[in-house]
Amino acid sequence: MKVNKKHVGIQLLPRSLSVKSLHLIKLSYTVSLSVIVVCFCFATSLAAREITVKPGTKINTLHKALQLAQNGDVIKVTASTYYVEDLLVDKSVSLIGIDNPVLDGQNKSNVLIITAPKVTIQGFVIRNSGFSNIKDKAGIRVEKGDTVNIINNRLENTCFGIYLAKVTRGTISGNIIRGINTAIQSGNGIHLWYSHHINILNNNISGQRDGIYFEFATYCTISRNLSENNHRYGLHFMFSNNDTYTFNTFRKNGSGVAVMYTKHITMTNNTFEQNWGSSSYGLLLKDISKSVISNNTFSKNTSGIYMEGTNNVKAEHNNFLNNGLAVRMLANCEKDTFLLNNFMGNTFDFTTNGSENLNYLKGNYWDKYSGYDLNRDKKGDLPYRPVCLYSQIIEKLPSAVFLLRSFMAELLDKAEKALPSMAYVNLYDNEPSMHIIQP
Amino acid sequence: MNKIIKYVLHDIFRNRILLAYVVLLSLSSFGLFMMNEDVSKGLSSLLTVLLIVVPLVSILFTTIYFFNSYEFIELLVAQPLKRSNILLGVYAGVGISLLAAFWIGIGLPVIIFDGTIVGWYFLLSGSLLTMVFVSLAFLASVLTRDKTQGIGIAMLLWFYFTLVFDGILLMVMFAFSDYPLEKLTIFLSCLNPVDLARIMVLLKMDISALMGYTGAVFNQFFGSSFGIIFAMSVMLVWVAFPISIALRIFKRKNL
Amino acid sequence: MIQLEGLQKKYGKIQALKGINLTLNLNQVVALVGPNASGKTTLIKCLLGMVIPDGGRILFGGKDIKGDVQYKRRIGYMPQIGRYPDNMRMGYLFGMMKDLGKTRIQDNFDEELIAAFKLEEMFGKPMRSLSGGTRQKVSAALAFLFNPEVVILDEPTAGLDPLASEILKQKIHKEKKAGKLLIVTSHIMSEVEEIANSIAYIVEGEALFYKSISEIKSDSGEDRLGKALFHLLQK
Repeated sequence: MKVNKKHVGIQLLPRSLSVKSLHLIKLSYTVSLSVIVVCFCFATSLAAREITVKPGTKINTLHKALQLAQNGDVIKVTASTYYVEDLLVDKSVSLIGIDNPVLDGQNKSNVLIITAPKVTIQGFVIRNSGFSNIKDKAGIRVEKGDTVNIINNRLENTCFGIYLAKVTRGTISGNIIRGINTAIQSGNGIHLWYSHHINILNNNISGQRDGIYFEFATYCTISRNLSENNHRYGLHFMFSNNDTYTFNTFRKNGSGVAVMYTKHITMTNNTFEQNWGSSSYGLLLKDISKSVISNNTFSKNTSGIYMEGTNNVKAEHNNFLNNGLAVRMLANCEKDTFLLNNFMGNTFDFTTNGSENLNYLKGNYWDKYSGYDLNRDKKGDLPYRPVCLYSQIIEKLPSAVFLLRSFMAELLDKAEKALPSMAYVNLYDNEPSMHIIQP
Repeated sequence: MNKIIKYVLHDIFRNRILLAYVVLLSLSSFGLFMMNEDVSKGLSSLLTVLLIVVPLVSILFTTIYFFNSYEFIELLVAQPLKRSNILLGVYAGVGISLLAAFWIGIGLPVIIFDGTIVGWYFLLSGSLLTMVFVSLAFLASVLTRDKTQGIGIAMLLWFYFTLVFDGILLMVMFAFSDYPLEKLTIFLSCLNPVDLARIMVLLKMDISALMGYTGAVFNQFFGSSFGIIFAMSVMLVWVAFPISIALRIFKRKNL
Repeated sequence: MIQLEGLQKKYGKIQALKGINLTLNLNQVVALVGPNASGKTTLIKCLLGMVIPDGGRILFGGKDIKGDVQYKRRIGYMPQIGRYPDNMRMGYLFGMMKDLGKTRIQDNFDEELIAAFKLEEMFGKPMRSLSGGTRQKVSAALAFLFNPEVVILDEPTAGLDPLASEILKQKIHKEKKAGKLLIVTSHIMSEVEEIANSIAYIVEGEALFYKSISEIKSDSGEDRLGKALFHLLQK
């Protein structure tokens, strides 16, 4: 590839000519190259040329490079700080940063705007976009693109980190997004609007409003991301169907993760932890249907899952550990099932706001279950009722949380076990597991 | 006074009831830690012991010990010793013994199995609670000359602080549920050392639950270092107040 | 040595002492005699600072005892019922009492009664295992331990076996001869006659009279003290 450095001199030649000349030069200067290498070079040079941006050379700005570039070219940017504002990438090029060059937006507007298909942005440090309440300013803004790859960049102090509007197909992976602004000013880390078939992998997002935000984004995959310490949600779904998110970690976000007005979502192997606060949930589900929640861990959240207006949601093999409240399921949920989950160390396992229940619990492990298993089928002989009296009291009288674990609260719960009619909620696990369920 | 403490300790350390108390505490703590796979769950089960058994045994043991030593205390009064020194000496002796029992019976297992900051708060609360109920027991003891009556008063105090107070509090909360009650509740909690001890442990243990609901207010207050110091100071007042009243009564008491 | 001036004490509505005036000098055995609930024990407890009087004052060696504890260095006390820390061994108890009373005298303990009652043999036993009589012996031995100028004995021979009673009586005699003041309460007139020089008769919180035994006998013309008292009270 060394040879390609010579391309600068022939950049103004027509494409067909330049390829030929390039070939000739290569032959004359590097006679010793093997045939294979030659062929390889021939192939690459056929697909793309390379342009290098470097301070002190003729091409010392990205703008110049982009003017020179044609579709399919590779623009290599060497390490330096480049000041850009609304830099328009309207050709199908790959922008590759060498040794983390910095694109500084000087707090004015967007840093990069991509409007062309087949664009790759890789290896940059993008910082200081403008902040505006009226227009969404972003580190990387993609509009109506197709096949966009945004890889291994670092975005600092950008209002929105990566903003995709009406984009089809793309990969956003390995990016680090660090917001440093307050909740009012900051935008979302990765923002998708009317986009589909986007893979979001291995990103690390913190300090934004929402870590990842989906609105009308469909057929996307979100996996192995870490979204923590964001002001609002770690992940926020609105009207985005048929998406999958797996192996992500959502930690210490203002209000946890919210999935709303959506169907056909697959949520597996994620970790929701330490989302603390009076309106904070590990996972908030609102008007969700036909979705799967499996193999996730909910740990140390004020509420593990909050479900409102959900139906046909299947929760299986999840671990609910040390939450204040594992599951809060409002009475307007129906046909949801909880199978083979572990409930351990939660202050309360379940609460609801009505006495009728149209959901189904079976085969879960509840550490508070005190029944026995005489027929040795590894299922408790008596049903487990996960809604306890004192949680009902707190439901009606929130400040009663103050008396949690007092002798009186324990007596009330014991009394309720002896006389179950005291706080009747029609919610049972008829086959509680006697043992912790291994995945 | 030091001599009196020394001799009370000499006597109590041979007391079988105290020994039984240590064994009871050890069995329940080791039992709860070993039965539960999860250490934090063991600790939360042990919280019941801390909030119910420790105050009960502390107040009953002290009251009974006081009345059993009544004639001996009389004899000490006939010696050239100040009454305040006698009472405080016996108080310190009983307090040290019960604290020792608590630390052997519960402290050791908690440190072995848990050893986290929660565990330390747990032990601190337990120690303060022990001293509070020893103080209350002395108050109950000097209020009357009759042993049965004294034990009765002690039991009532225990019952009041572990159950009745919280029941009344819950009813008050229900009755005034339309008003913001959190600050009032913080104030009311100061009127019950058992609640204070519970809150101190709870804030470290059930932190996620308390953060939610209106618990945030409690957490903001008691979770801050000011709140912790405040709660401990109020507990110390609960230690000092009953014993100082007991002392005033005892100084003028007809033995 | 001891002067009671208008001593009053009320327990609730009951006036236990109604202004007692009494002067007790050294070198004698005074018996406090009177019916049950006449105020004898209250009087003793006032002397010992265990009960605080409502009115009047007590002078000990010419000094008001109010708010003072130091005068107790000079008093030995044997209670009616002696109870000691259950788990303490007897030897340890004596050691402790000596330790607590160290300031009184320079290791010049009077251990005569310990020897006479043969208490050393039981030094290894815990106090809870002792009989009432043995505990009385311990109490008696403790009362004399510090060689005090004044010894107060509340029903001293009740519960003691005849031999021990005799030992104690001899001890009382001996101490009287040594110039001490011994104050004894008792219901047994023969015993009073045997050990006491004078009697303070207390009824309903008042000192009815305070006379020497010989005086009582000559006044009444009876030679048995019981009869003499009976005779005197009939008047």
